[in-house]
Amino acid sequence: MQKIAIIFFLAVLVCGSVIIGCSPTGSNNNNGATKNGAHVTIKNKGSDTMVNLAQAWAETYTGITSTASVEVSGGGSGIGVAALINGTVDIANCSRQIKPKELEQATQNTGKAPQEFIVGYDALAVYVHHDTPIDKITIPQLAEIYGEDGTITRWSHLGIQNSACPSDRIMRISRQSNSGTYFYFREALLGKNRDFELGSLDLHGSKDVVEVIGGTPCAIGYSGMGYATPHVKMLAIATDENTAYYAPTLENVLAKSYPIARPLYMYSLGEPMGEVKAYLDWILSTEGQQIVQQLGFVPVENN
Amino acid sequence: MNILRKKSRAKLPFSETVIELFIRLCGFSCIIFVFGIFFFVFREGAGFLFNGLDIGQFLTSPEWYPTSLNNKRYGTFALILGTFSVTALAMCMAVPFGLGAAIFVSEFCSPKLRETFKIVIELLAAIPSVVWGFIGLTLMNQLIIRVFNAPIGLTMLNGSIMLALMSVPIIVSIAEDALKAVPDSYREAAEALGATRWQVIYRVLLPAAKNGLLAAVLLGAARSIGETMAVLMATGHSVNIPSGPLSWIRTLTATIAAELGEVARGDEHYQVLFIIGILLFTITFVVNLIADLVIKGIRQE
Repeated sequence: MQKIAIIFFLAVLVCGSVIIGCSPTGSNNNNGATKNGAHVTIKNKGSDTMVNLAQAWAETYTGITSTASVEVSGGGSGIGVAALINGTVDIANCSRQIKPKELEQATQNTGKAPQEFIVGYDALAVYVHHDTPIDKITIPQLAEIYGEDGTITRWSHLGIQNSACPSDRIMRISRQSNSGTYFYFREALLGKNRDFELGSLDLHGSKDVVEVIGGTPCAIGYSGMGYATPHVKMLAIATDENTAYYAPTLENVLAKSYPIARPLYMYSLGEPMGEVKAYLDWILSTEGQQIVQQLGFVPVENN
Repeated sequence: MNILRKKSRAKLPFSETVIELFIRLCGFSCIIFVFGIFFFVFREGAGFLFNGLDIGQFLTSPEWYPTSLNNKRYGTFALILGTFSVTALAMCMAVPFGLGAAIFVSEFCSPKLRETFKIVIELLAAIPSVVWGFIGLTLMNQLIIRVFNAPIGLTMLNGSIMLALMSVPIIVSIAEDALKAVPDSYREAAEALGATRWQVIYRVLLPAAKNGLLAAVLLGAARSIGETMAVLMATGHSVNIPSGPLSWIRTLTATIAAELGEVARGDEHYQVLFIIGILLFTITFVVNLIADLVIKGIRQE
């Protein structure tokens, strides 16, 4: 009996020390990338829209350099910025611009002001199910579909006979109300003075939006144009009914004729130095920007 | 007996004293953790709760516009209704299935079949909630669209089915234990009086195991109220007052999970999310309290 008791006691001791040993260690690398001998790990976190892109950059970059590796995680623009404020990442990915309050918090907390880099552009595509008989839509029509007290709630209001959707109801797919994509889409459609109508399905993640629309003939939704699948189609968009419709393609976004495209940002803490600087320079180089294009985003113009 | 216990305590060897102390500490730590969590959640939300939040609007308005640029509104009425309706519907499905399965496993099964059943049911309990959510998002969505001709399958019904599947294993295993705890002499006495199998179950076993069965149901319900990921993915996550099993809804837990990650710390919206946490705390506290009172009432009878 005593033996068992002693073993139990020891087991508890071991568990306890493991738990204590695992307590937060993330906050002790305020000074840029973590050094592990000569090898440097760059921590990169943030926007869900950008996570595939950031992952591709990280993989390619790790292949061509021997002095650094990049750790990427998603979660959302806000999560990336929050990590930047806490000083636990080297680079935050953000599909919206950093807010003044966040900028101030980061400067206060870490003593360094975040520096902004535009690393590419994302065209926000409007998706519908593959079988929906519609190819184009205008911004005012979208505003009436999504906006508060909007007048378009059925496919027939758009002059469409959507036979795959017997209820004729437009199912609005949206994003959770503080994602960078949500903010951008709301402003592009409704400006700053009107809200979205409640009752949209606010999905959690760019991929889920396309996934659900691919299985739902009544749905309409928005997500980055890099997420298209064979089950959905992207609509061409016009600023109003008197102007031309533009499909979300590379050329149209580069020519700035596609109306809903936004910049993608990366933020570093303070002026980037050493490996972080080398990484950001590489991202903005022709090679890094090629990856942007491969993943369905739009590269920044190289002057 | 009493003297014996005292005597043995006086002679406790050192190691046992230490262990007794440690176990005591483990017991108290539960209380400390609960109060600690409540304290931190309350502290994060308190600033806005007492200074600025219109509590009437918070509880009765269905308008949830936490990120509006010119007219922020924090009404959780639709979310509260969502949480309760999806849990209620899930319980309507899970309780008959769960109790039925428990009766079958404990009373009708051969011992060999019983072991297999228990392993399978435990396997069901081990599936992570995000997997249920994914099944809801992809498989059930299309199934509900086809079967009910609904505009979309991400509905209360979808979420309830996921929640029911998640709480059935809990209900079965606790209810089965409760039925097992009924002494065999009860069964034998009833059978000796000529009762049929069904009469034994209905008239003897169920009344005798009442407390345990109630605990099983309430724990299952608690699991449903607190579940987050599966309902976030399967119910549509839409601020909407439910009008039937096929309407898309949003729950309190899912709102916290979806929005807390991307909100600026210390912001009004951040504090409101913590106030929702306080609200959830209160709801579960009241549910537990009612459960305790009901069980006590049953005992006194």
